[in-house]
Amino acid sequence: MPALLRLDGVEAGYGDMVAIRGVSLEVARGELIALIGSNGAGKTTTLRAIAGLLPCRGGRIELDGARIDRLRPAEIVARGIAHVPEGRQLFPSMTVLENLELGARTTEARRLRTGTLASVFALFPRLAERQRQLAGSLSGGEQQMCAIGRALMARPRLLMLDEPSLGLAPVVVTSIFDNLARINREGTTVLLVEQNVLRALGLCHRAYVLENGRIALTGPRDRLLADEGVKKAYLGR
Amino acid sequence: MRVINFAHGDMMVWGMYLAWLLATRLGIDPYLGFVGCAAALFVVGLVVQRGLVDRIVDAPHEMQILLMLGVALVLENGALLAFGPEPQRVRSALTLSTFWLGPLFVDVARLVTFAVAVALSLALYLFLFGTDLGRTIRAAADNAYGALVIGADVRRVYAVAFGIGAACVGAAGALVSPFLPFQPSAGLAASVTSFNIVIIGGMGSLLGAFVGGLLVSVAESLGAVFLAPSLKELVSFSLLILILLFRPAGLFGRRAG
Repeated sequence: MPALLRLDGVEAGYGDMVAIRGVSLEVARGELIALIGSNGAGKTTTLRAIAGLLPCRGGRIELDGARIDRLRPAEIVARGIAHVPEGRQLFPSMTVLENLELGARTTEARRLRTGTLASVFALFPRLAERQRQLAGSLSGGEQQMCAIGRALMARPRLLMLDEPSLGLAPVVVTSIFDNLARINREGTTVLLVEQNVLRALGLCHRAYVLENGRIALTGPRDRLLADEGVKKAYLGR
Repeated sequence: MRVINFAHGDMMVWGMYLAWLLATRLGIDPYLGFVGCAAALFVVGLVVQRGLVDRIVDAPHEMQILLMLGVALVLENGALLAFGPEPQRVRSALTLSTFWLGPLFVDVARLVTFAVAVALSLALYLFLFGTDLGRTIRAAADNAYGALVIGADVRRVYAVAFGIGAACVGAAGALVSPFLPFQPSAGLAASVTSFNIVIIGGMGSLLGAFVGGLLVSVAESLGAVFLAPSLKELVSFSLLILILLFRPAGLFGRRAG
């Protein structure tokens, strides 16, 4: 079975700086894959390249066997990749409900909007309670829920998340990660970027370790959890 | 997107001249012709955004000012070339009709213009808050990167937004043309007035623009009555200075800067 998402030797960067060089990875349908690594390793750059928000300077990106690395962000969203970016990037002066509804952009997603909205509210009851509030007035955890909910409204085949745990209290992170596990169990493929390596390895099926813009290591989570290098560099033991 | 359209007033003048053309050549009353003026200016706005503003969206702010002032100069001198420098006015069936409402002497043309302007503002509000495209425009104004992330075609959204702004001012030009004489050089003053209104109301707020417009026009009218007609701008710009001193983001602005 071909991978849902395949990156082959992808290169991207900012100005003269090359942030990722030759990144290759695969995400199969139904998997929950973590992309881990330290600050500046190129995790965010990889997600932005997949989403079309940063031009891909080399290599190729395929979704379901079709090249997507030359497409505009809107076209990539339309093909089924939803992105929960770093810093959430909500619309702060619009209501929670408006933020969520804006996530449904394709004809298909619009047609099924009411049903998807109900399932997002079932996943995050807090959002249902606060749907008339402005997104800018939410707490950090609620904003993260809103960003995830907005991405789910697109009914994506692949959900990409950039550091959903950033700046949140541990108990909130636990609840968000439980929800990610549930979203994945219900059939959405997930690509998760995390600096919180222990949490990410606790959740994923497989993981890729990025170091200095290259994939340094990959394997099922149990193997990575047992790996001496990973333990020393990321788990602090 | 935070682009300030300094050609706003000149677009309004073009709306006035288009209303004049429709009235003199085709005999269409400006109170009907304003729809055509709005449509024509929508296209002008779309072309200006797509062809010019798009290229400098990421450039520093002063570039936008230079560009929009350039557009204003081209529009003003284009009008001068096409219509000459003499003041014009448009005849409407309503131009001379008036009535007494108790002690008030009411000019029907102005009343109809006011009613249509309020209706258009309401329609704009319903569009921005009640339709998917309108919400997407607000989203792109709120967080352009966020709009890109959710897969909005941000360039198209900007073009439509600019086109709608131009259409509104085109309609406004046509609607005031029956009682405000105009000439090609009238644009700059109108741009400054609208800039004043937007600063007072709060940039990016539709309600702010509406309330700001009422405040400025009532302040100027009262100034003209109680001081002298030539001093009416003194009142509105004093209002601007007061707002800048005590509420720099404007009456309904979200945040300063």
